[in-house]
Amino acid sequence: MAHLQAHAVKQITEIVNRYKDEETPLMMILEAIQSEYGYIPLEVQELVSSLTGIPVAEIYGVVTFYSFFSLKPKGKYVIGVCLGTACYVKGSQLVMDKFSELLGIKPGETTDDGLFTLDALRCIGACGIAPAISINGKVYPKMDPSKVIAVVKEYRDLEKGAQ
Amino acid sequence: MALVNIKIEGKSYQVDDSLTVLQACRKCGYNIPSLCSWQDGQCSLASCRVCLVEVKGARGLVASCAYPVNEGMEISISSPKAMEARRTSVELILSNHQKNCLQCDKNGNCELLEVSRMVGARDNKYVGVQSPATVDEVAPGIVRNTAKCILCGRCIEACKRIQGIGILGFENRGFKTIVAPAQNRSFASSPCMQCGQCVLVCPTGALMEHSEIANVDKAMKDGKFVVCQVAPAVRATIAEEFGEKIGTNGTKKMIAALHRLGFNRVFDVNFGADLTIMEEGTELLERIKNGGVLPQITSCSPGWINYMEYYYPEVIPNMSTCKSPHQMQGAITKTYFAKQHDLKPEDIYVVSIMPCTAKKYEKSRKEMEVDGIRDVDAVLTTRELARMIKRSGINWDKLPLDEEFDNDLLGQYSGAAVIFGVTGGVMEAALRTAYHELTGKEYGKIVFDSIRGLEGVREASVDVNGTTLKVAIASGMKNAKVLLEEVKAGKSPYAFIEIMGCPGGCINGGGQPYVKPMFLPKEDDNILETYRAKRASVLYSEDERQVIRQSHNNPDIIKLYKDFLGKPLSELSEKLLHTHYVSDRERYPDLKK
Amino acid sequence: MEKIKTEKELKAKIEHCASCLDAKFNGKDGKKHLVVCGGTGCVSSHSGEILNRLQQLIKEKHLEDKATVNQVGCFGFCSQGPFVKVFPEDRLYRMVKVSDVDRIIEEDVIGGKCITDLLYEDPVTHEKVERQDDINFYKKQKRIALNGCSMINPEEIEEAFGFGAFKGLLRALSMTQQEVVDEVLASGLRGRGGAGFPTGRKWQFALNQVNDDKYVICNGDEGDPGAFMDRSILEGNPVGVIEGMMIAGYAIGAKNGYFYVRAEYPIAVSRLRIAIAKLEEIGLLGDNIFGSGFSFRCHIRLGAGAFVCGEETALLNSIEGKRGMPRPRPPFPAVKGLWGKPSIINNVETLADVSWILRNGADKFAAIGTEKSKGTKVFALGGKVNNVGLVEVPMGTTLRELIFDIGGGIPNGKKFKAIQTGGPSGGCLTEKDLDVEIDFDSLVARGSMMGSGGAIVMDEDNCMVDVAKFYMEFICDESCGKCSPCRIGTKRMLEILNKITDGKGEPSDLVELQELADATKSNSLCALGQTAANPILSTMKNFPDEYQAHVVDHKCPAHVCKSMLKYEINPDKCKKCSLCARNCPVKAISGEVGKTPFVIDSSKCIKCGLCMTNCHFGAVEKK
Repeated sequence: MAHLQAHAVKQITEIVNRYKDEETPLMMILEAIQSEYGYIPLEVQELVSSLTGIPVAEIYGVVTFYSFFSLKPKGKYVIGVCLGTACYVKGSQLVMDKFSELLGIKPGETTDDGLFTLDALRCIGACGIAPAISINGKVYPKMDPSKVIAVVKEYRDLEKGAQ
Repeated sequence: MALVNIKIEGKSYQVDDSLTVLQACRKCGYNIPSLCSWQDGQCSLASCRVCLVEVKGARGLVASCAYPVNEGMEISISSPKAMEARRTSVELILSNHQKNCLQCDKNGNCELLEVSRMVGARDNKYVGVQSPATVDEVAPGIVRNTAKCILCGRCIEACKRIQGIGILGFENRGFKTIVAPAQNRSFASSPCMQCGQCVLVCPTGALMEHSEIANVDKAMKDGKFVVCQVAPAVRATIAEEFGEKIGTNGTKKMIAALHRLGFNRVFDVNFGADLTIMEEGTELLERIKNGGVLPQITSCSPGWINYMEYYYPEVIPNMSTCKSPHQMQGAITKTYFAKQHDLKPEDIYVVSIMPCTAKKYEKSRKEMEVDGIRDVDAVLTTRELARMIKRSGINWDKLPLDEEFDNDLLGQYSGAAVIFGVTGGVMEAALRTAYHELTGKEYGKIVFDSIRGLEGVREASVDVNGTTLKVAIASGMKNAKVLLEEVKAGKSPYAFIEIMGCPGGCINGGGQPYVKPMFLPKEDDNILETYRAKRASVLYSEDERQVIRQSHNNPDIIKLYKDFLGKPLSELSEKLLHTHYVSDRERYPDLKK
Repeated sequence: MEKIKTEKELKAKIEHCASCLDAKFNGKDGKKHLVVCGGTGCVSSHSGEILNRLQQLIKEKHLEDKATVNQVGCFGFCSQGPFVKVFPEDRLYRMVKVSDVDRIIEEDVIGGKCITDLLYEDPVTHEKVERQDDINFYKKQKRIALNGCSMINPEEIEEAFGFGAFKGLLRALSMTQQEVVDEVLASGLRGRGGAGFPTGRKWQFALNQVNDDKYVICNGDEGDPGAFMDRSILEGNPVGVIEGMMIAGYAIGAKNGYFYVRAEYPIAVSRLRIAIAKLEEIGLLGDNIFGSGFSFRCHIRLGAGAFVCGEETALLNSIEGKRGMPRPRPPFPAVKGLWGKPSIINNVETLADVSWILRNGADKFAAIGTEKSKGTKVFALGGKVNNVGLVEVPMGTTLRELIFDIGGGIPNGKKFKAIQTGGPSGGCLTEKDLDVEIDFDSLVARGSMMGSGGAIVMDEDNCMVDVAKFYMEFICDESCGKCSPCRIGTKRMLEILNKITDGKGEPSDLVELQELADATKSNSLCALGQTAANPILSTMKNFPDEYQAHVVDHKCPAHVCKSMLKYEINPDKCKKCSLCARNCPVKAISGEVGKTPFVIDSSKCIKCGLCMTNCHFGAVEKK
């Protein structure tokens, strides 16, 4: 716990206390930490373990089992390319390959500048507008490799504008 | 709990309805091959898919380890479909297994190898990519190799259930799943006790002790004066390694075997145990007399010490500062014994034969040395000793029964020392001496009561000249926690607490022979429940056989103090025989800030 | 909102809401009511902005007493979205863009005219269709599970009441628990999650258990890639599902219900939360609901990206804060489930059907469908089909009707090849199966299964070996890893399929593939492993020639498997312009400009397809 800064300890403790009246709330705790703190490294797991009594190895096992939990911080923009069947038969793999090529990372990885994370998504239920991608929750319909360039540019421009 | 009528291979039987198909078949005389199932299903239940049988009317094959029996059930174990399915499950496991059986130390005790033979697994089936292997050889006590793991989950359950710390867990998903400490760290960089309870349940070579036989060989080859010292608990189990029934007293043959392995001296750590009692008993009396920190907690179990440093550093003031018996004996060997025999300490190589994996770590602790000379140089488990005996071609059955430990300054021991290997033994031994010190009389038999119905935690009251001394014992950390929380809160009613890392004490240590029913056809069906008591009875009977029953009556001990140490807790005793503990031991070292 | 304290008050409320809704849809209040599709698909096509703009214009032009607009759930006709529907005219505008909004307000709301260019156009007759129910896509559908979706505002529980919500619960509470179970049994309802187990029987097991703590769990972990039925139901009419859960709770004797919803469905989760909060507020969830003596509470737990958590016992472990690894059965969840207590796990669609059944009567449900599969089924029709979207049809509808009538057939003049039902656990049905009457048993008889309702259509440009590989990749990724046959068997099967699609397959690989498929099927612990090989088995059975071509000739007839692709320039069509050669990233094309036809060196070709895209004359062909 000496490895966590005081404000992080406060934040995590508050999250754990939020669910103290629920039965077996570990999933709820981890989901909140993932969305509010951003990721769930071992230091955070140690703290959760000391507050809940669940062994660290068990928490680690849960974090590494579910795709939504990550041990490392994700990029600012998480690009999820749906590889569900409906999207796949409509060519979403090519969309994934194009992103991979443009950003220089493989699915599951984050760019060195911490801007983009590329993830393979398992069906977001937008099959009617396949192939679909989702960036930080915003869904883009009917993607194809040519549109990928425009999308990446959109976010790079956003970053430039913010600077 | 009623009886039901079932049929196995067409024959009728009556069994208890609380049993699973696997248990029922075993009772009726059918040993269905299985891998992941352990005591009461404590494992990743029904995951190996090896115990598949056909049950009439069920949808598909059934995992017998999890399927409960019911009235009228008809089971077929030998149906071609079931046999083929079992074989395929094993072949699939083998296709992702490091098959270096010839070199693997688990060969002979490997359940996977045995089951492969049983089901007739074919070679080279389903060849493909193998999971990347993690081989963790950093921790002195235990070696972990994921390439041999079948993900049965027994070790995970053992650590959680016995020690309550749950160091191990499943990580990742699918083909990438492994069993590991968090973050796939080494045991050495996680808060692991290295007690080896996980090693005892592992069906393959995924978890084994770190072998030091090669180190001992090298010392002998280098011409060192090699002294071998054996722990009390080893004699209670060593015979099992040679096919004898659990509970056989192998003391005499063990001594004879040790005399035939090339050691310069063969001693009994019971001497060291007596020494520990003298020091620790005196320490307790001093604290009681001078208002020192109470309760005093024993310190001879290094698994427990590891646990204490990681999880309860607050009780360090309560800890006895005594080293464990073999460490004390090693220190005395390299000073007192060396001087008497005109030997240079650096030429002496002390090998401890222990029932323990944590002692492999203990001997390498920074504090376990005197003036730069290590107290103990190598620790071998009971299992490693058996390997050494076997490779020398010694025929256990033909060993004589009339040899003794070397009678050379460190030879004698008392019955009190012998029972160190059982939970409650250290307590009883210490009380014999403390009682005598306080009253001048010899103590009788101690009777323990269970605390709050918990079998693993017990207490007793001893009347000493009108004062009542309350004492408690616990083995296994989950049990010990009850007492430790009291100590931490300052509410402990006890004067003296004995804590052993392994449930039942050293007789059930991580270095002891495996108790796997599959390899013990001559034992009773319920051997997993009775083996500890059987092993303990060997030590209790040894105690009763001794002429000298108390540590303070051991003539070699009396001589040692007279000629060398002076008295317990003397300056020299403190230097050689006492140690200190780490209060800031990091659970996960090198975590990024 | 005021708390409802008695049954009488509830009935009055339902009646009042019904008349409000009636007034809304039938123009009795003299206003126009616009509804905008708020399903995820349409939202991504800016339906949210359409809604905002409509609201903004209504305010700006002071039309509040002339028109209202609100969001509704999924219309189901995803390829034609976003939708705006106008009541009381019952007029459906499709493919609406934000730029069309001003016209809708000016010409329709104010001007009272129908904007024909926004109406659906029948692809065959080219006629414009104004009413939703007249569109071919909708004609053969019967909305039971989807009832209310695209009609009511899912965030206003009053509209749900207006559509009949809680009438089912009222009826159930007037019956005994056993009677409710019998009603569900009589309806013939079978679980809509995929296994098709008779719902009434499952409830009976749980009812038979004596225990103060029992649980109803709604399985919203719709993990089948390509399926979005449950999402749409939850987004479109969450109260219907909540009601179904409460009826189930009453029937088995449970006081608590848990929704387990995928984390990938944030809108569905939010709509559930809103509905639950509002129902709690008016006392329809909590203790002693409207004085009936029945207490029930709803809780929500989220998934975290693990397909296997759709399996009942894995789902239970997930709620219990563990890795989603399945448990051996027996004991079955109805006996020993969540936290060791008797629990029933029902799919979203099943619960939506339950509330309809209790409201309208079991006999009405049983009157629809086939002999052994009653009622309707929601399908997510996707892939190579014109009308991609959500459809709900009576059991017994044929595949031909589903694909060609409702689905509008295969686009771009391509030939139908197969339809995959049941996702990664199912198999494919081909030309010869088109007249199969869809029901649980008929699909199993043909080597597939109903599954949760995902139905992906494939055409001649899809390679079935590649499809089998795609599904196996998914399974390998999602296998929990607990049992050896699935963990290792699926990996080995994937390795073989990769070898085959890489052009390195041999006939012996097909033998090993069959062996592994049989082994995983018979040895695995849970349905994920047991059905993992279905796509392989099914495609191998239906398309043996395609597999043979891959392993013997090392060719991919559908021109999909890259390593076996050959790009060739047809010399007759080649105009020798050199455009392809100039743009080839590996300089694999050679020829003389204007003189000789260009040729691709296949040893250098990386099969990127750029030459084919660039060629103005269609001279580059895939072989």
